[in-house]
Amino acid sequence: MMKCILTVTALTGQLKNLLEETFDPILVEGEISNLRRPASGHTYFTLKDNQAQIRAVWFKPFPGTQLTPSSRRMACDLEEGMLVVCRGRISVYAPRGEYQIVIDTVEPKGTGALQKAFEQLKARLHAEGLFDERHKREIPFLPSCIGVITSPTGAVIRDILQITKRRFPSVSLLLAPARVQGPEAAPEIVRAIQDMVAFGRADVLILARGGGSLEDLAPFNDETVARAIHACPVPIISAVGHETDYTIADFTADLRAPTPSAAAELVVPSRDDLAGTLFDLRHRMIRSRAHMAESLNREATLLREKLKSPRWMIDDYRLSLDDYDDRMKARLWQQLAHSAAHLHHLKIRLAQGSPRTGHQRIGFLLESSTGNMIAAMRRRIVDARQTLKRNISLLDSLNPLAVLNRGFSITLRRQTKEIIREAAQVRGGEELMIYLGKGQLTASVKSREEDNARYFFAKPGRMNKRTEERDRFDSEIDLPER
Amino acid sequence: MGKDTFENNMTRLEEIVKKLESGELSLEDSLKAFEEGIKLSRLCTKKLNESERKVEILLKQEEGLASTSFSEEV
Repeated sequence: MMKCILTVTALTGQLKNLLEETFDPILVEGEISNLRRPASGHTYFTLKDNQAQIRAVWFKPFPGTQLTPSSRRMACDLEEGMLVVCRGRISVYAPRGEYQIVIDTVEPKGTGALQKAFEQLKARLHAEGLFDERHKREIPFLPSCIGVITSPTGAVIRDILQITKRRFPSVSLLLAPARVQGPEAAPEIVRAIQDMVAFGRADVLILARGGGSLEDLAPFNDETVARAIHACPVPIISAVGHETDYTIADFTADLRAPTPSAAAELVVPSRDDLAGTLFDLRHRMIRSRAHMAESLNREATLLREKLKSPRWMIDDYRLSLDDYDDRMKARLWQQLAHSAAHLHHLKIRLAQGSPRTGHQRIGFLLESSTGNMIAAMRRRIVDARQTLKRNISLLDSLNPLAVLNRGFSITLRRQTKEIIREAAQVRGGEELMIYLGKGQLTASVKSREEDNARYFFAKPGRMNKRTEERDRFDSEIDLPER
Repeated sequence: MGKDTFENNMTRLEEIVKKLESGELSLEDSLKAFEEGIKLSRLCTKKLNESERKVEILLKQEEGLASTSFSEEV
C-alpha cells in the first residue's frame, strides 16, 4: 500500500469518501468569521476557534422545500463573530482540494442564544412593520363569542371560562385546541388561528398560555405564529406568560394581556358595571325629561297668566282706533288752518300789490292813530282822576277844620287876624278870636303864662289820668293787631 | 362591527342623556331624543339580560370544521 502511487484524484476521492462517511452528521461549534452572502443566495463563512478553522457553507433551500422555523430564522440572522453550533456534514471539494462543512441547521451557542435569536427576530419583524400600531384592530367592547386558542386542559382555559362567566354570563366561548409547548406547538397554533378565522363565529380571539422559560415560550416567539397573528382578520389578544414576559406574539397581537386571566377581564366587560351604568343613564334621562316637562309647565302657566283675554284686546283696539281718529282729525284741522293762514297771507300780499292799497293804508293808519290818541287821552283822564282823588283825601287830612273837629282850636288876634302861637304874642286884656270845630268865640286875655310846663307837670294826677287814657287807647288800637 | 353594537348603543345613550340634561334641545327634539334613548336602553338591557352561554370546542372533521359542546367542568 505504501508503494502504491496514487493520483491526486484517487487520493482525494479516498479522502472524500472517508471524511464524508465518517463525519455525517456532525455537530460543531465555533465562531463565525468571513461571512459572505453572494448573489447565489448561499451563505459562506469560516467557523473557527482559537487554534483552528474550517470552511462552512449554508446552501439556500431548494424552492418548495418545507422550511423548519429554525432554518428560516437563522439564515439571515448569522452575524460575524457569532458563536454557533452547526449541524451538518463534511464535504470535500475535489477540484480545489478543500473540505468544508455543509450546514443543515445553525443554533446560537451558549447562554442568551435563544434570547439573541428572539431579539433578532423581534428587530426584523419590527422593521418589517408587523408590530405597527396601524395594524392593530380594535377589540370589540362586548363580543358575543370569544375564540380561545390554548390547550383544552389545564389552568388557563379554566381561568378564562371562570372569569368570563363571572363577568358576563351570556358571552359564549369557542375553544380551538392547540398544544402550546414543544416542537408541534407553533404549527398547531397557526392552524388553530386559521381554523378560527375560517369558522367565522368568534368576534375576538385570545391566544393564551401560562408562563414559562424562554424555551417553553418558543412557539410564541416563532415567526410563523407571528405572521399568522398578523394575517388574522379577527382581533386577537395575546395572553402568554406572567406579567413580565413579552413574546413576539405579544408584539404582533392587537392587544397584549399580561396573563390569560387578564385577557378574559379585558375582553369581557363586567355585566354588573354595565347594568349599573345603564340604570344610571335611564334614570338621568327620565329625570331630565320630567324636569323639562315641569319647567315647560311652569312656563306655560306664566304665559297663560300673561295672555290677555280677547275682550281686553278689543277694548285696546277700540282705544287705539279712537286715538288714531282724533289724531287724524287734529292733523287735518291743523292742515286746514295752515292752508287758511297761507291763503290769508297770500291775499294780503296780493292786496299790498294792488293800486288801492296806498289809500287804504293811509286810511288804516289814520284810523289806528285816532284810536291810539283816544286811548291815550282816556288813560290820561283816568290818571288825572286818580291823582285828584288822592289829592282830595290829602287835602282833607290837611284841612284845619278837620283838626278843629278833633278838639283843637285856632286862636287869632281879633284885630289883625294874626295866629297866636305863643303866649308872649298877646298882652293882657287883648281881644282874641277862637275858632272851634264848630262855631267861634271872642275872648279877652285874663292872664298869661309863657311856659306851659306847669300845665303838664304841676298836676301829676291829671297827667296820670291822661296817660292811663292814652294807654287804654293804645291798647284798644293794638288789640286788633294781636 | 356594525353600527348597532352594544358599545355604540351605550355611547349614543350617554350622548342623549347629556343633551337632555343640558336642556339645549327644543321640546320636539328632546321628545325625539327621549324616545330614541328609551329604545337604546331597552336594546342594551336586552343584551345584558341574555342568559344563554355556550361553550364549545372547534373540531376538524372530514367535511370541515365543526363545533361541539365543551364541558366547563374541565
